[in-house]
Amino acid sequence: MIARAIKHRGSALWIAALVHRLSGLALAIFLPLHFLALGLAIDGEAKLESFLRWTDQPLVKFAEGGLVFLLAVHLLGGLRVLVIENLDWHDGQKQLATLAAAVSAIIAFIFLARVF
Amino acid sequence: MNVRLYVWQRATAALIAPLVLVHIAVIFYATRSGMTAADILSRTHNSIVWASYYGLFVAAASIHASIGVRNVLTEWVSLHDRRAGLFAIVFGLLLAALGVRAVYAVVLS
Amino acid sequence: MLGDLSVSLWRGGEDGRYETYNVPQRASQTVLDVVTFVQRHIDPTLSYRFACRVGVCGSCAMTVNGRPRWTCRTHVAKVAGSGRLEIGPLENLPVIKDLTTDMQPFFEKWQQAQGVFAPTKTRHDEIEQIRPDSPARRLVDAAIECINCGVCYAACDTVRWNADYLGPAALTRAWTLDNDERDAGGTARLQAVSAAGGCHACHSHQSCQELCPQALNPTAAIAGLKRRTTAAYLKGEIKA
Repeated sequence: MIARAIKHRGSALWIAALVHRLSGLALAIFLPLHFLALGLAIDGEAKLESFLRWTDQPLVKFAEGGLVFLLAVHLLGGLRVLVIENLDWHDGQKQLATLAAAVSAIIAFIFLARVF
Repeated sequence: MNVRLYVWQRATAALIAPLVLVHIAVIFYATRSGMTAADILSRTHNSIVWASYYGLFVAAASIHASIGVRNVLTEWVSLHDRRAGLFAIVFGLLLAALGVRAVYAVVLS
Repeated sequence: MLGDLSVSLWRGGEDGRYETYNVPQRASQTVLDVVTFVQRHIDPTLSYRFACRVGVCGSCAMTVNGRPRWTCRTHVAKVAGSGRLEIGPLENLPVIKDLTTDMQPFFEKWQQAQGVFAPTKTRHDEIEQIRPDSPARRLVDAAIECINCGVCYAACDTVRWNADYLGPAALTRAWTLDNDERDAGGTARLQAVSAAGGCHACHSHQSCQELCPQALNPTAAIAGLKRRTTAAYLKGEIKA
């Protein structure tokens, strides 16, 4: 169709919905890997332990911080959607969405500060 | 998404929300001084509480994620409803199976 | 004397292109004035749609500098700070020619959403008394002033991604009727907006609310439908 910049896509709430979708998608892709990793314990504690030591690498820890952010932002963004859909209408949605992202970033940052 | 899928997705979302809060708290607790397998397994081994918590989490997350993936497939990949639904069911079952296996691994084995 | 505006207008059908015209800038000029100037003074073959010119009929909506707008009430000074205007047909609808879109899918979805009053009385009955301050009537008042301009439909990415999605305007209409005490559409209408492509497809992007020229809030109306259909579904009144 017509190639043209769709400007309202830059709005905070549009981005919030995009972040919600992308974080959900990323978590859905991560979940099977998460379950496989925990499943290593079927073959004994040592197997799981050696995997956990592999995750001590800085790059993996950094990625874990990203996962904490995805989980928090999907949770808070999802709560915002549940509030929109189930409670009486409240203005200030943009501020709420920004707050959700900011709190998630802080949680992930604290996580990273602790594991490093 | 029709009303049936909507109800399932929002109901599982409401159920998962407190579970995720606990999960984030456990993540912070477990990583307070490096995470070890012995640490994790001593917490979960033979624990009915953790088995039910993670069992419920796996069931709800499998349903929630598969409906979400279905929506992404219909909207962004333009898969037809039937095909997206089929993919979502397979994905949900896979998640549930791997999840139950993981719960079994940390609680019973 | 103000300078010239550089105005790019979409010309042709789906596979058309933008062509640029110079239009003299005037005080209190609307975007519709600009389009009309091009048609009257530069190229009479330019196709566009308008009727009332005062924000009532809802026929003149176009995409103006990337946003869907009612052109008759959009002042050039407000949207073309740089002296440039890019005006195209509405998104999410088939282009007939130039700035004219085929509104048929938009109105067909009103029918699908059963956005039609289902009377409970005949002309022989007494006129029903509706208290303006009753909760149901207040919900109707908040959403009733839709002029069918299609701005929300063009702004909605759920419409773009999901060809079956009924869209903000049709669902808002269904919501006002569901709150109308005189209407008998009830369960059948809730059923109609609960199928695939119904209110549950909405992602609350809220572009509709942001851009509605009548300052309506379709997202809130759709959220109301989501609650009411969920309750009806759980009670077994409607089926998935």
